[in-house]
Amino acid sequence: MAATKWTKTLSILFLSTTLAVAGCADDPAASGSSSGDTIKVGILHSLSGTMAISEVTVRDSELLAIEEVNAAGGVLGKKLEPVVEDGASDWPTFAEKAQKLINEDKVATTFGGWTSASRKAMLPVFERNKALLWYPVQYEGLESSPYIFYTGATTNQQIVPALDYLKQQGKKSVFLVGSDYVFPRTANKIIKAYAAANGMTVAGEEYTPLGTTEYSTIVNKLGQAKPDVVFNTLNGDSNVAFFKQLRSAGLTDKTMPTVSVSVAEEEVGGIGPANIAGHLVAWNYYQTTEGATNTEFVKKYKAKYGAAKVTSDPMEAGYNAVKLWAAAATKAGSTDVEAVKKAAGGISLDLPEGKVTIDGETQHVYKTARIGLIQPDGQIKEVWNSGAPVKPDPYLKGYPWAAGLAS
Amino acid sequence: MGTLNQLVIGASIGAVLLLASLGLTFTFGQMGVINMAHGEFIMAGAYTAYVLQPLVGEQAVLVALPVAFAVGGVLGLILERLFIRRFYGRPLDTLLLTWGISLILQQVARDVFGAPNVQVTAPGWLTGGIDVGVRIPYNRVFILVLAVGCVAAISLYLSKLRQGRRMRAVMQNRQLAAVSGVATGRVDQATFFIGSGLAGVAGVALTLIGPVGPTLGSGYIVDAFLVVVAGGLGQLRGAVIAAFALGVLNSFVEFWTANGASFAKVVVFAVIIAFLQFRPQGMFVLRSRALT
Repeated sequence: MAATKWTKTLSILFLSTTLAVAGCADDPAASGSSSGDTIKVGILHSLSGTMAISEVTVRDSELLAIEEVNAAGGVLGKKLEPVVEDGASDWPTFAEKAQKLINEDKVATTFGGWTSASRKAMLPVFERNKALLWYPVQYEGLESSPYIFYTGATTNQQIVPALDYLKQQGKKSVFLVGSDYVFPRTANKIIKAYAAANGMTVAGEEYTPLGTTEYSTIVNKLGQAKPDVVFNTLNGDSNVAFFKQLRSAGLTDKTMPTVSVSVAEEEVGGIGPANIAGHLVAWNYYQTTEGATNTEFVKKYKAKYGAAKVTSDPMEAGYNAVKLWAAAATKAGSTDVEAVKKAAGGISLDLPEGKVTIDGETQHVYKTARIGLIQPDGQIKEVWNSGAPVKPDPYLKGYPWAAGLAS
Repeated sequence: MGTLNQLVIGASIGAVLLLASLGLTFTFGQMGVINMAHGEFIMAGAYTAYVLQPLVGEQAVLVALPVAFAVGGVLGLILERLFIRRFYGRPLDTLLLTWGISLILQQVARDVFGAPNVQVTAPGWLTGGIDVGVRIPYNRVFILVLAVGCVAAISLYLSKLRQGRRMRAVMQNRQLAAVSGVATGRVDQATFFIGSGLAGVAGVALTLIGPVGPTLGSGYIVDAFLVVVAGGLGQLRGAVIAAFALGVLNSFVEFWTANGASFAKVVVFAVIIAFLQFRPQGMFVLRSRALT
């Protein structure tokens, strides 16, 4: 009897394992096999660790874009085959996995990174191997690697327009709150230079270590300094704690308005719309951005990943990166890195945020700057935009007040 | 004005620290198990509130307190039965083991609930605050009351109940307790259940002030160990004093220095290191006649 039972259990176990393996093979992202008629492309984001909260969604939108490119016939008659790697929120791992994608998988290009630290870790790897990286997140500027294309905003497409907007609204004093790493520190250096040249005062400047969840003291400092506006460059989880504690201290969007540059639709959901409604954000894309291309993008994204999902700026920039690379490779007639780089300049596509054009010189893209107001339903309503796509200027050469920042 | 404000803030930081570290005074302080997965039990408690939210509605946080105690406790019990009891007396191995388990639990949470933070809505009566010259948010008062309540319950348990006294007996001298007829294995399970359950309770409270995501617990684990070490292993009053002292120290350093948050962390660590030079066993030392 006992023997029969064992056999039964074993056969069930065996069967389920086989099924599980068969199930995996259907998933294109999980399959490692390659035939001669596909082009491998790398996707390198943190799928585990503290940054997974943000980067998983960028991977999702990049996979969606690859699917769309394939459905439209692929690139140069070949289907794209994504090779997904996990950067694990650990910067050396990003460098290591980038090396692996280039050497072992021989990918044509890689889409990846979120934090500036991960980009700085990958940069030498891509430059040394003369391989291509598409980086999809707004960042602090002051960089222009010949082997990186930047599809997120540089400072003159996000932070400077936000400051212009605040000035136009009559805000005279600004309090800077940020996470303690390269992006907020550099961004605040730019903000201080802007303030000095535009008659604004900086009422205070505070940094907290990444992952900090205790903001009572900073909230107290805000209450005492009484600035016209808070410029928030906090990243990740800290935003949830900051806005919850700001609200429970009785400071509202009326008495202590804030403008954030790292809070998008995804983060608003985790913060709780009730805790942040009425506050401002600065990006280049919102789920509510008007246009048929975006309606289509949002519909497809929800169809693939679930109706409750939202789309956000970095996801859209990741999606754009895939589309722009595919267009550049098609124009070049080759996936060769130098040929793609040469062909990329001037490529212009109609994407969810509107018209996006690659600037060949800086390898950044023209983007429309948008200021949004967070709504009680968690969506963001645009209240101002720059009218036309802004030319990327990573070193802020076109701004006299910024002279000396780049050094 | 600022001083009074910071005193109140320091007390509320202390209450959060105390709540996060209470469970550790049991599992680490009394059993000597370095449980790196303690933070993930806190996370499990927070997600308990999130799961109960659609079922219970606005008062989910209240209902979640006992449920999260059970959830955290059962998780702890499983951990103890399956793994930790095979590692007693090997603290460094336990450290690696529980660290690995904490990573696994984080990834499980990520797969089940998704990587982005989720939202737990606080009950309406916890969103305001009282103004007594200083504004004290109700959710901070709630956390303070909860922490004090937990401390009172634990000290009653340890001093009045037979089970609690057995627990202390085992911690003070395991062999002697065993030959006196105490089932030490059973007591270990109970200790781990309660310690982990308290982590679950802390998780529910933390949803009021911070993010609810897979890495919630890892943000508190180091501070929790600091409190237990500074207070003295297994010393409830030590943990209470250490938590509030660290909270107040933190809030004042942060307030009186520009860009204080990073600096306050440095000062707190430096003070604890200096303190441990003079009192390596923390504020209070357990005196026993055990030979170990």
